[in-house]
Amino acid sequence: MNHLKKIENMAHFMRRKILDISFQSSHAAHLGGGLSMVEVLATLYSHILNFDVDNPRWEQRDRFILSKGHGVLGYFSALLAAGFINEEKYATYLTNESDLIAHPVMNLDLGIESSNGSLGQGLAMGIGIAYSAKKNKNLNYRAYVFLGDGECNEGSVWEAVMLAPQLKLDNLIAIVDYNKLQSDQTPSSDIINFGNLAAKFEAFGWDVYDVDGHNIAQLVDALESKHDAGKPKMIVANTIKGKGVSFMENNNEWHHNVLTKSKYALALAELEG
Amino acid sequence: MWSRLGPRAVFGQAALSAGEKNPNLMMLSADLGDSSGLARFRNAFPDRFINTGIAEQNMVGVAAGLAKEGHNVFATSFAPFITLRSGEQVRMNLGYMELNVKAVAIGSGVSMAFLGNSHYGLEDLAVMRSIPNITIVCPADCAEIVKVVHAAAEFTGPMYIRLTGAVGNPAVYTEEYDFQIGKSITVREGTDITIFSIGSMVYESLEAAKVLDSLGVSSKVVNMHTLKPCDYDAIDQAISSSKAIISVEEHSVVGGLGSAIAEYKTQFSKSPAQLILGLPDKFGKTAEYRFLLEKYRLVGEKIAIDIQKFLKKL
Repeated sequence: MNHLKKIENMAHFMRRKILDISFQSSHAAHLGGGLSMVEVLATLYSHILNFDVDNPRWEQRDRFILSKGHGVLGYFSALLAAGFINEEKYATYLTNESDLIAHPVMNLDLGIESSNGSLGQGLAMGIGIAYSAKKNKNLNYRAYVFLGDGECNEGSVWEAVMLAPQLKLDNLIAIVDYNKLQSDQTPSSDIINFGNLAAKFEAFGWDVYDVDGHNIAQLVDALESKHDAGKPKMIVANTIKGKGVSFMENNNEWHHNVLTKSKYALALAELEG
Repeated sequence: MWSRLGPRAVFGQAALSAGEKNPNLMMLSADLGDSSGLARFRNAFPDRFINTGIAEQNMVGVAAGLAKEGHNVFATSFAPFITLRSGEQVRMNLGYMELNVKAVAIGSGVSMAFLGNSHYGLEDLAVMRSIPNITIVCPADCAEIVKVVHAAAEFTGPMYIRLTGAVGNPAVYTEEYDFQIGKSITVREGTDITIFSIGSMVYESLEAAKVLDSLGVSSKVVNMHTLKPCDYDAIDQAISSSKAIISVEEHSVVGGLGSAIAEYKTQFSKSPAQLILGLPDKFGKTAEYRFLLEKYRLVGEKIAIDIQKFLKKL
């Protein structure tokens, strides 16, 4: 099986797992933003990131930070598919005192590098991680940070955007899930209009790729392309919030909602065709 | 010798010597490296110093990433910027994730003088004390700054280091002594009352104790350099042996050392009365440092007078 097919299969598996756990937990969850991240995360965990599930603290592992911390449905399903989390652990999602709640809680043994939930903090941490690898000649891991587009309203994101090129961190890769919807029921462009987000990052000195965030071949190309020496890489992944379930797509009622039995059946029938 | 340099220059010197001993130590500044005395550290270890630009939130986040990968990182700025501007980064990275970052406030209290309330550290202890997992240390004089920086360089875990005082800071210690994080130091023995003080107020409390002596009140003075974890043994001793407990701090009377002692004391049905001396809960007018300490009655003689008044009412 070629790697594109493998990634595609993983993405399909993740979507199924997202729907299953959302229904089973019976709690409201960030479904829309979880589903928009699936291809990016499948590409990373199936093909790009260096890691060893049997040795999750391996020094040379690539570090992945989920800066848009509410994207756990995408994240945990990727960790399940990759083997960091088993089915039993996955089933504890949103149960009392579980390791798997609505935002990541740092747990290296589960492959979770940092605690998140407060937006606008992950890219700064990514800079520190990438700088550490640069400073230590024996280490050559990369730092990957996944942000939301709504998250980019936070001023602290732009503090980090300014610093990373200054430090010439060409081992830092940021990805923005540009799904163009955030919490309120209006298009993001009515709240803060980023317009050409890619051009903005480029102006700050990043090596920028503007891609279809559901097109695996494009994602692979962007992630595998050789780094511009001295420049951090930014991938603007143009995505659809709720991708894969037609009644959720671009419908912000699914930003944070409960998946009822009937809706679950509907979504599943569509996914499994 | 240290006192003539002032707290910032001493901090810079201590950072340099601690950096020589500890290769994993890094210094971050949000464009206040020179003001923080870090120019020599930057020159000695260029790849271990980062000026993040005027961006304190980012500085704390970068520090956290470096700490995650094995560095012991000092992130330095003025008190309100490191504790309040970047407060949530501190809460997530130092508190929640317990990453090995030392947040350092250069010139807390009212030592920034004419720079005004925007630069004062009035409520930093209250803020930092309420976040779980963060050790809080405030050196009493310049010699103790050196000890604290070296202790912090060997210490794994999040910490807030609060520097108070100005150039010409009086010395509390004349002899070598043992400094341990979390263990208060009795700097003067006394039998009637116990004065707990912190940072710049340790010296003033010793001065107050001299005045009180002449008024017939024997005062024990305790340097509570570590506010958290609090040295409850020292408070227990004061509860069982003192007629009154006094706390003195160059910080708002809300939420600092006085509050920490009072919170602990309330569980005992019999405990001595407490007088909390510190900065008033307000944004006052701006003036020279010594002028403000005089105005807010945080100098030895005035501390003594206020303690005497308090004792008379008991």
